[in-house]
Amino acid sequence: MKKNLSALIAGTVFGFGLIVSGMSNPDKVMNFLNVIGQWDPSLLFVLGGAVITTFIGYRFVLKRKTPILDSEFFLPTNTVVDKKLLIGAALFGAGWGMTGFCPGPAITGLAFGVLEPVVFIISMSIGYLIMNKLSTK
Amino acid sequence: MYPTEFTPYLSFIGGIIIGISAIWLMLFHGRIAGISGIVKTALFQEDGRVWRILFVVGLVLGGAIGFHLTGFSFSYREGFPLYLIIIGGLLVGLGTSMGSGCTSGHGVCGISRISPRSIVATIVYLGVGIIVATLTSSMFL
Repeated sequence: MKKNLSALIAGTVFGFGLIVSGMSNPDKVMNFLNVIGQWDPSLLFVLGGAVITTFIGYRFVLKRKTPILDSEFFLPTNTVVDKKLLIGAALFGAGWGMTGFCPGPAITGLAFGVLEPVVFIISMSIGYLIMNKLSTK
Repeated sequence: MYPTEFTPYLSFIGGIIIGISAIWLMLFHGRIAGISGIVKTALFQEDGRVWRILFVVGLVLGGAIGFHLTGFSFSYREGFPLYLIIIGGLLVGLGTSMGSGCTSGHGVCGISRISPRSIVATIVYLGVGIIVATLTSSMFL
């Protein structure tokens, strides 16, 4: 119960941050990525604010033996830069550049009640379904 | 393409708020705040599905609260080809699944952990994103 409530709070804070930062606006994302248009460098400030905060916070949090509501920290153990990572990141970049949406802002965008985020998320879920089928074969 | 206003202060503050959420998820759950990973795991893994779904519900709730408090309403793109959204969404699903992360997991959490995989992934998706967005904007908008 505590865990579920805590996750709901974390998600809400995240979504609120996406709105305040402007990252949930696909126009703003496109204007950041499109370097020959009317360039809007705001997203650098989003990434900067988020990384500086998280970097400092993680130093303290990861000194603990365990998280507050679970028995261990679940950190990625894979450290190898492989083909899968590179191809995956390239495909993601292409989809992001084409639409101005990445997963978080698209989900938060559902709050606006417009069509684009809905279509994007259905399409993205089909992508997950395909990869899941391929990996369990 | 609709021009947008440069908002360094709000964007930086929004980034800090996103960072606070990432710290929260690590402090209480021991988890990376990677949205693609959370969504994908919620879809295919029964164990831990409830908290993940609630995190996703929170993203929408936070969006609604943010919308009401700040009054930010975004000009949704009339005339933006829907097939680009369909293809792009599919690419984001395939890509973040293969590359194990998106802007939040690699870009925010991974870089904060100084993970070489995340730093490389961020450089690649930013680079490809810049090329594709520049082409898309000049062709379609």
